[in-house]
Amino acid sequence: MFAKITGLIVTIFLILGSSVWAGKPSVGFVYVGPIGDGGWTYAHDLGRKALEAAGHETSYVESVPEGDSERVIRKMARKHDIVFTTSFGYMDPTLKVAKQHPDKVFLHCSGFKQDKNMANYFGRMYQAKYLAAIIAGGMSKKGRIGIVGSQPIPEIIRHINSIALGAQQSNPDIEVEVLWINSWFDPAKESDAAQALIDNGADVIVTMADSAATVQVSKKNGVYAIGNDTDMAIYGKEAHLTAAVWNWDVYYLEAVKAVENGTWKAGSDWWGLDSGIVGLTSFHPDVPQSLIRKMNKERGKILSGAMDVFDHGFTKQDGTRVTKALTDGEMLGMKFYVKGIISKPPSG
Amino acid sequence: MDFFIQILIAAVGMGTPLLFATLGGVISERAGVINLGMEGLMLVGALVAFVVMLNTGSYFYAVVAATVVSGLVSMIHGIVCLMLRASQIASGLALTFLGTGLSGLFGDKLMGETVEPLSRISIPGLHAIPVLGPVLFNQDILVYFSYLCVVLSWWMLFKTRLGLNIRSIGEAPEVCDSLGLSVLSYRFYAVTAGGMLIGIGGAYFPLALTPFWVDGITAGRGWIAVALVIFAFWHPIKALGGAYLFGFALALELRLQILGIDLSPYFLKMLPYVLTILVLTLVTIRNNRYGIQVMPAALGTVFFRGEKH
Repeated sequence: MFAKITGLIVTIFLILGSSVWAGKPSVGFVYVGPIGDGGWTYAHDLGRKALEAAGHETSYVESVPEGDSERVIRKMARKHDIVFTTSFGYMDPTLKVAKQHPDKVFLHCSGFKQDKNMANYFGRMYQAKYLAAIIAGGMSKKGRIGIVGSQPIPEIIRHINSIALGAQQSNPDIEVEVLWINSWFDPAKESDAAQALIDNGADVIVTMADSAATVQVSKKNGVYAIGNDTDMAIYGKEAHLTAAVWNWDVYYLEAVKAVENGTWKAGSDWWGLDSGIVGLTSFHPDVPQSLIRKMNKERGKILSGAMDVFDHGFTKQDGTRVTKALTDGEMLGMKFYVKGIISKPPSG
Repeated sequence: MDFFIQILIAAVGMGTPLLFATLGGVISERAGVINLGMEGLMLVGALVAFVVMLNTGSYFYAVVAATVVSGLVSMIHGIVCLMLRASQIASGLALTFLGTGLSGLFGDKLMGETVEPLSRISIPGLHAIPVLGPVLFNQDILVYFSYLCVVLSWWMLFKTRLGLNIRSIGEAPEVCDSLGLSVLSYRFYAVTAGGMLIGIGGAYFPLALTPFWVDGITAGRGWIAVALVIFAFWHPIKALGGAYLFGFALALELRLQILGIDLSPYFLKMLPYVLTILVLTLVTIRNNRYGIQVMPAALGTVFFRGEKH
């Protein structure tokens, strides 16, 4: 009898103990690539380091295959109060683990599913891509931009369309060619794709993939490149015009603080340029001031909320005109290309 | 035509690291030792080559260092599965994890560093041959070295006593042992030599394909090489064809998109493995029906000296 009561009390304390934060919540991260990729995962890890600097205990597991992520997410959930999972393919595994650990908080990047204790978050990277493309469009002498596509999902298609629309601000006749490598990270293939695009006439290369291979190839061929996710100028400053980058620390500090203060609610956060979660790095010295002014004008419009990339009408690749502003849902499910992209959209 | 030649040039570039690694695998497996640590060894080779290149600026030292270090690391595989008689499969997998981890650990500080990639050298006379000239004889020095390695390993395996011994040990180690050959020594040397070649395959990434260091730079090519060893029927010359075929598939995937041809990327991605399964099936059928043995008979087996089987 006594043992039973003691057991019950211990259990109650354990349950209470796990729901009341002992000090600052500890945070776990599940990464799809290596933290040394110099791109997507590297950017997330900078955010994790910001949490660490703010006094949170953190840990991470890198290069976790999407198909095998559930095991890792569960392990992180046992160890930490908050778990960030930072790849689209982690969505369903995260949801499953979140249901099994109702006392923990899960934040999934770039997906759309939610639960009581699982939110999703992302940044409006397409806004930064749009601004970077204004520079790219103005710097292309041949009037052709080559894009190295990673995985053909709506997020990347949205970014590609933003690049086409942004480049058209500088050169209405610009052509955009897309090659999909069908991988997030494959440096040799990224290089080869950039080379193929350059061979085919592009003189500004924009990559959607995680490594800086395209910047290197652009440098070798004497053409320009736009970096992806983090500042890639160190890999070839001769080629690097600017990069559309993530500043995840802005979001991570805020979200973790909300959990700590008990004000956190599951939802869907899609922060824009104004929050600072996305932005551009410094510009190549070749970029003329007039072009930067043009870009800043558009930036001002987005920051003030006067305009967004897909809200003031555009023409699809098949010639149909879209006049209504796209909703977030429509943007999240984007499958078509806009006019100006000369490649066929990915099937399926 | 130019477009087609560009595909072939890219195919050779993409195929070269696969070729080195496959040759390494062929030599090791001919002696009867499976090496599933190829991905790890390639990463070690890639890291060492990059670090040495960065500090000395010499391609020669970079390749030599990558060769030596990956040879040393593959000795771990040799010690574990030959002397300690552990499972070759488990030891090889462990080697992949070890190589991936080591290269990530020591490569941590190298982000942002870059080197000058190997330049192409055209071979006078030969590079003027239509199609084949620009594709095969206007490449970098490591590509030429890979041709040499194909010829040398073929000659070594099939035209020398050393090669005969290695192949025999891969077929019937007990017989060789009774003839006074040291099975373990031959296997150990074959694993090490194979590891060296695999390391050069890794070195090709930072020295030619992607002249910087990034964690996981080989992006799984080591596993394709594991499959290629089988696809090549454990033969150096066929390894050349296999590596270039797979390189061609990688290069083609991108160029088909330029042409606007819709071919599922998943189909092209699974192609190496489907072909490998087909080849394995073929090998088994030929073995069962006609008694033609292609796969080294003692492949993957542990050799216990003086024990009856």
